[in-house]
Amino acid sequence: MIQFVVHDENDSVGVVVVEGVKAGDELTGWIMDQDREIQFKAAGDIPIGHKLAIKALKEGDTVIKYGVDIGRVVADIGLGEHAHVHNMKTKRW
Amino acid sequence: MSIDLDNATFLGYRRENGRVGVRNHVIILPVDDLSNAACEAVANNIKGAMAIPHPYGRLQFGEDLELHFRTLIGTGANPNVAAVVVIGIEEQWTRRVVDGIAATGKPVTGFGIELHGDHDTIMRASKAAKEYVQWTSEKQREEAPLAELWVSTKCGESDTTSGCGSNPTVGNAFDKMYDKGVTLLFGETSEITGGEHLVAERCRDDAVRERFMFMFNRYQDMINRHKTNDLSDSQPTKGNIAGGLTTIEEKALGNIQKIGRKCLVDGVLDKAEMPTGPGLWFMDSSSAAAEMVTLCAASGFVVHFFPTGQGNIIGNPVLPVIKLCANPRTVRTMNEHVDVDVSGLLRKEMTPDEAGDALLEMMLRTANGRLTAAESLGHREFVLTRLYESA
Repeated sequence: MIQFVVHDENDSVGVVVVEGVKAGDELTGWIMDQDREIQFKAAGDIPIGHKLAIKALKEGDTVIKYGVDIGRVVADIGLGEHAHVHNMKTKRW
Repeated sequence: MSIDLDNATFLGYRRENGRVGVRNHVIILPVDDLSNAACEAVANNIKGAMAIPHPYGRLQFGEDLELHFRTLIGTGANPNVAAVVVIGIEEQWTRRVVDGIAATGKPVTGFGIELHGDHDTIMRASKAAKEYVQWTSEKQREEAPLAELWVSTKCGESDTTSGCGSNPTVGNAFDKMYDKGVTLLFGETSEITGGEHLVAERCRDDAVRERFMFMFNRYQDMINRHKTNDLSDSQPTKGNIAGGLTTIEEKALGNIQKIGRKCLVDGVLDKAEMPTGPGLWFMDSSSAAAEMVTLCAASGFVVHFFPTGQGNIIGNPVLPVIKLCANPRTVRTMNEHVDVDVSGLLRKEMTPDEAGDALLEMMLRTANGRLTAAESLGHREFVLTRLYESA
């Protein structure tokens, strides 16, 4: 069963596509562009539709999704942690 | 079971100007807010006539006024509309709307309330509406080739499943229709922020690219003039954020999936302007759902693809809005609003081609008469875009 999806293998985040992901859960992820699966452990509770970091990210890093820059990291994000408005912001406005 | 678009046809209403519509509406169209009551009274008198009330049309000026007229005239001119009764507070702006719609050759008549009052206006407009409704009821659908269908798209209440599933499904469908002579539209100018270079790359030539960047930058300038923060909660919206979208760049990359991989951007339109040929058009437009769909209808589009993540529920009075969704929780909890369930994409139960074909099949069924969820639920949001304050 696929629990999270990643657009491109160079992305720093994946998207959880099932409900009920809890810290410690072992997740199966599908990398869509390259059509292969990976295993990953959730480091926090991640709601459906929300992102988890699949690369460790430090404050000031650029978050990559769809193979492109989608924003900057404002607080460190560990592997498997929830990546969202509390640790990521837009670069545009 | 792949869809054969080369020989695809649909059953539509051929209008006087040659365009083909997929609905057969008689609308009672107010020029201004003062005329809403009279329009609603006419629609109550004449079953089968539909009033489209709105809050504006007074003391507007300049480009904002031009947009107002373009939107009203375009709505009346839309091929999904068979005939129009226009009511305004005074004769001259009413005449302007009537004349604009009359250019299509369809039956249209107007009434100014001043010198008459509500009651006399309602009586005379009801007589006209009755005649139109009965005339319209005898119109028959005829077979038309796929190339005569104009299809627009806008996503709403997006979340991350939009970018992963429902928006790429629209892209798949657009790619398949693109070289069949169909006229296609996308927009949502602010929602391209972060991906504007990707859209610019898809523009057919330098002239198109320059016009696209002009529209894009004009919208950015407006946002920068008025913003008080980084637009968090507005763009992306609270709904987007609750659904997992974090930044405008992320939202934009999801948004852009709707134009697929093959489509070129063939032309650029200002708000409510009409395309002049087949292909994919970009229209400068708000990312607010009902505003943008209202502009698509005014621009002449007859079917609309609306991918949603968290569950947008809007429709439009004259443009059937097809909702598709890849979020399993939304499909479960808001299923009365969903026309095409593509949540199977994220479970690998459906391929992108199968999802695209499912959407195309629903498009043809809708064109042939199937009411969308939004139509059957009575969602007829008609929202005019304003550019600045009235005088």
